[in-house]
Amino acid sequence: MKRRESGLAALLLAPSLVVLGVFVLYPLGRAVMLGRQRCDPSGTRCRTNGWHQYVDVFRSREFQQAFGVTVRFAMMTVPIGLALGVGLAVLVDKQLRGMAVFRTIFSSTVATSVAVASLMWFFLLEPSVGLLADWIGGTAKNPGLLRSEDTALWAVAVSSIWANLGFTFIVVTAGLQSIPADLYESAHADGAGGWTRFTNITLPMVGPTLLFASVVLTGRALQSYGEFDLLTGGGPNGSTTSLTYLIYGTNSVIKADRGLQSAVAVLLFVVLLVVSLLQIRGVEKRVHYGD
Amino acid sequence: MPGRRQLAYGSVVASVRLDSISKSFDGVVAVDAVSLDILDHDFMILLGPSGCGKSTLLRIISGLEEPTGGDVYIGDTCVTQLEPKERDVAMVFQSYALYPHKTVQANIEFPLKVRGIAPKERAAQAQAAAESLGLTEYLQRKPGQLSGGQRQRVALARAIVRQPAVFCMDEPLSNLDAKLRGETRAELVALHTRLASTFVYVTHDQVEAMTMGTRVAVMSRGTLEQVGTPAEVYARPASVFVAQFIGTPPMNILPAGLIEPGEMLVGVRPEHVQIASDSSVRASVAIVEQLGHETLVHCRVGETRVVIRQSAEDHAPAVGDDIGIVIPPSARHRFDPRTTRRIDDGHPGGGAQ
Repeated sequence: MKRRESGLAALLLAPSLVVLGVFVLYPLGRAVMLGRQRCDPSGTRCRTNGWHQYVDVFRSREFQQAFGVTVRFAMMTVPIGLALGVGLAVLVDKQLRGMAVFRTIFSSTVATSVAVASLMWFFLLEPSVGLLADWIGGTAKNPGLLRSEDTALWAVAVSSIWANLGFTFIVVTAGLQSIPADLYESAHADGAGGWTRFTNITLPMVGPTLLFASVVLTGRALQSYGEFDLLTGGGPNGSTTSLTYLIYGTNSVIKADRGLQSAVAVLLFVVLLVVSLLQIRGVEKRVHYGD
Repeated sequence: MPGRRQLAYGSVVASVRLDSISKSFDGVVAVDAVSLDILDHDFMILLGPSGCGKSTLLRIISGLEEPTGGDVYIGDTCVTQLEPKERDVAMVFQSYALYPHKTVQANIEFPLKVRGIAPKERAAQAQAAAESLGLTEYLQRKPGQLSGGQRQRVALARAIVRQPAVFCMDEPLSNLDAKLRGETRAELVALHTRLASTFVYVTHDQVEAMTMGTRVAVMSRGTLEQVGTPAEVYARPASVFVAQFIGTPPMNILPAGLIEPGEMLVGVRPEHVQIASDSSVRASVAIVEQLGHETLVHCRVGETRVVIRQSAEDHAPAVGDDIGIVIPPSARHRFDPRTTRRIDDGHPGGGAQ
């Protein structure tokens, strides 16, 4: 009987196993194998270079620089994006007339593709025509925020924060609306002011939502590609070459080498895995999930 | 136990006076010019069906809602414009409103923390309040790990730890099962005696009103119908509404002319209707309910339904029987058919109790 049941289980699991196998497990395994190969400059004749290619790639200056860019980019976009999302969500979490308009505006970036958002920011920051470049002046005018090594990563980060704000806003708003109103009333009756209510009720109660949003935002930041490709093309001087751009970008030094590209991709996968696990393990203890 | 100290409960004394309080929401009147004196040490019950405005009135007293007209006084101070924290009023919510992410101890300490009391001091006070309600062993748990009754006690502990002048409670027992509700009623009465402070308690449950209140304010459609002790409200209801809202089953209201000549409605409690075979008032028995300790006989006098409450020892009539009923004059309550208010005509009414 046990055997019959496990047979049935295998049968029922088969369709999703097939899909998972064909579209996830096989490509992953193939990428891991490809990561051992080295190709000639034309990108055609490849030969196996062994597992130590992963070590070589990890130690290379290019990988280390792109890794640093990626981490800095995540550390700029995730905390600021979360703080802004929470701030906006708290601001409009009131039963006032006209709030629906602001809710719509704040969530609108969800419906904006990375390409559109990046182009918009490109034109805003472009020194010759950009409104923002005119307002800010200085470096923004010459050579332009996207063309200076000091400011390029920040400029890309700002566009990315803006593009992800709608997502954070919607998720946090949903979290806020699940907080029972009588908790606030009780705290109000006990004499708690706005800030005390925010730190003692709002923040802990949206904890799980913030954890979810931070995991998603971190994943997105570490995998961002479109912004870099459209705004800076990895430049100037590699200052915005993230790991994804190193893998896939047109200006990447390894753009012709499928083996090296695969090696970087697999390493990025490992980084994402480790970061997500750390986030969930570390924060989960301090997050309260319902009753 | 070191660091523990006895709380000086009852050190604050406060009466609450409502001076023609009105409240409307978007033009819908919830409370209509209610004036009510709640005395110091009162256990005042605001009783009425849902939507009668009793909860709104309580929220106006606690400061969570601002009246559209009238003033609230606590002691001699007009508090209408004051924030809840400046009123010295604690609120216990129907849902308990415990902070699910805080431990029981942190929940109880919260009102003290907000007031800037030092951690050691507030821990001691929270522990004393918890001990007085039998919560000591649960101090480190989260509300989600407690039963409904325990959560309810935590909500009470959080209220008493502040030592407020006035306790406002909004149906705090309605989420408990029947047995626990009965036990907690007795505990609340004991708590009221021990704290010797003023309780304002909202409920739609007449049993809670009758068993706990020192006085009851019966509300209907945003206005006060009657204020009095539970015994007064039961024995001398001021209107047909009160007569029928209080008492299970409710008072029988007989149309004018059925029992006695005149223009007045006559009310009689089911327990005061007597069965007498030689009576000229005839009734036909429709339903007989055996409740164990008593029997309810539902019958019809002409078009009017009358309920008779009998002791279980009495011989109960059978369905379809034709019986005679007698209503002693001393048990008759008379009401104006137009205003439905009580008419005092020298008969005490309910004197047979």
